[in-house]
Amino acid sequence: MAIVFQKPHALADRPFHYCPGCTHGIIHRLVAEVIDELGIEGKTVGVAPVGCAVMAYDYFNCDMVEAPHGRAPAVATGLKRAIPENVVFTYQGDGDLAAIGTAETVHSATRGENITIIFVNNAIYGMTGGQMAPTTLPNQVTQTTPYGRDVATAGHPVRICEMLSTLDGVAYAERVSVDNVPNVRNAKKAIKKAFEAQINEKGFSIIEVLSTCPTNWGLSPSDAFEWLRGNMIPYYPLGVYKDKTEEGTL
Amino acid sequence: MKGNEAMAEAAIQAGCRHFFGYPITPQTELSAYMAKKMPKIGGTFLQAESEIAAINMVLGAASAGVRAMTSSSSPGISLKSEGVSYIAGSDLPCVLINVQRGGPGLGGIQPSQADYWQATKALGHGDYQLLVFAPSTVQEMVSLIFKAFDKADEYRMPAMILADGMLGQMMEPVEFPEKAEVAKVEKPWATNGHQGKRAHNVVNSLYLQAPELEKHVVERFKRYDIVKANEVMVENYKMEDAEVAVVTYGATSRIVKSAVNSARALGIKVGCIRPITLWPFPEKEIAAAADKVQKFLCVEMSMGQMVEDVRLAVNGKKPVEFFGRTGGVIPTPAEVLEQIKKLAGK
Repeated sequence: MAIVFQKPHALADRPFHYCPGCTHGIIHRLVAEVIDELGIEGKTVGVAPVGCAVMAYDYFNCDMVEAPHGRAPAVATGLKRAIPENVVFTYQGDGDLAAIGTAETVHSATRGENITIIFVNNAIYGMTGGQMAPTTLPNQVTQTTPYGRDVATAGHPVRICEMLSTLDGVAYAERVSVDNVPNVRNAKKAIKKAFEAQINEKGFSIIEVLSTCPTNWGLSPSDAFEWLRGNMIPYYPLGVYKDKTEEGTL
Repeated sequence: MKGNEAMAEAAIQAGCRHFFGYPITPQTELSAYMAKKMPKIGGTFLQAESEIAAINMVLGAASAGVRAMTSSSSPGISLKSEGVSYIAGSDLPCVLINVQRGGPGLGGIQPSQADYWQATKALGHGDYQLLVFAPSTVQEMVSLIFKAFDKADEYRMPAMILADGMLGQMMEPVEFPEKAEVAKVEKPWATNGHQGKRAHNVVNSLYLQAPELEKHVVERFKRYDIVKANEVMVENYKMEDAEVAVVTYGATSRIVKSAVNSARALGIKVGCIRPITLWPFPEKEIAAAADKVQKFLCVEMSMGQMVEDVRLAVNGKKPVEFFGRTGGVIPTPAEVLEQIKKLAGK
């Protein structure tokens, strides 16, 4: 019998610790599939964040480094500068990348650091139990915005792809979603393009993946996808925000 | 050559090709030297967006298995402390330089030794130690940089050169080895890409199971015991017949030695004990001196930090007095001589 579907080699053979219905598992798999297809596992080094994906170092078969909270792009910078032939990616959540690590994100981008960032935006701090994230939507209820995020006091959500697309060092920036099959396929295409941008030495690439957190949103997995479509995509439109690769138009 | 520049050149000769820094006085010349030299030898000089980013770039480069370094001055070292804790917790080697200035807070930019506690006890959270080397001359800065890189690699731990603004800014003649001898240490743990030839490596400091974390910390402390047994460095100056021992380190030791010489001219039997490694601290050497001398005096450019370690080592056997100036004020030989005379009852 022919095998038509199997676990990517770059994905380690161990159970995820993620909650039921969480999309981290899908995104991990997409990254691993891309690593397999590009045949780069042996020269890829991943950087895990602090947050739900803190144990990502257990889930990939490439070399992995666990970074302090928000510092993954700086750690990736050190790894890449030490061995430029390697492919270096970070895997970060919204709190890690867009709050505590804002400086590292913006400056690795503006330096055109030749790394790839997989940015998982689920509009909440998952690991610590559902607090307001920099990407939490206006009026969204979280543990630390129990009456809904009041933009007058808690400020506005950050649109990372839009912000980073203004920087000259950014080669590729795209926002994708994993809420349905076509979007999952498109997310994989985007991740592959980002890795290729790095391999072709184009500079900084980031893929923002809109993701769900059923546990902390207090929704069933399917309702969470509905919520993502109804609330997140309107605020965070999907699409390519910057493309300096060969096929790119900008 | 300026102390700061000499340290930069020594690091390059010790095989460091990756320097990540952030501007701060009084270590500035070190970064500037790296910026000038590194591009010419195929190395990396990167001015980071912050001290925090710089130390995490060191973490990344050290993970990849290369010799990496950052330098700063007191307030900047505080910012790096998070990263240093992760580096220690991940068993990574690297070299840090602190060209100390007065504190706390923004403090001042004049020489100080007020970061002793920070360097030897509390640079970041958790159970861990750094190797801490305290040079007293520009020449010694050079030799200790070589040593710091070698020992950091050997023991898989961060090493710090604890200098101060006086040494950093001081110009002295300095000799470099004709051919630098650099220890080659295999790094099979490095995350440099497995190339399909080995299992994947992970650099990590997270252990959610308490017994597992304890095991890692205990193993690290066993390594620290080996460091303590083998790596203590200390200079005894005119201690053979001394009745008073002045314990001091770094640039301050130069002032103390001059006061010791003046006191000797007055017939006072005084000597100087100079720890060169602040961690591991020369406990045994000071304990042994406590059996010979009558009194100790500790002199520092702080309100008295190393004096606590001296008292622990002396363990109540003899009185330990302290004299210090702080905030960037440098003690004079005359002031130290007065203290020695007082202690000797003259």
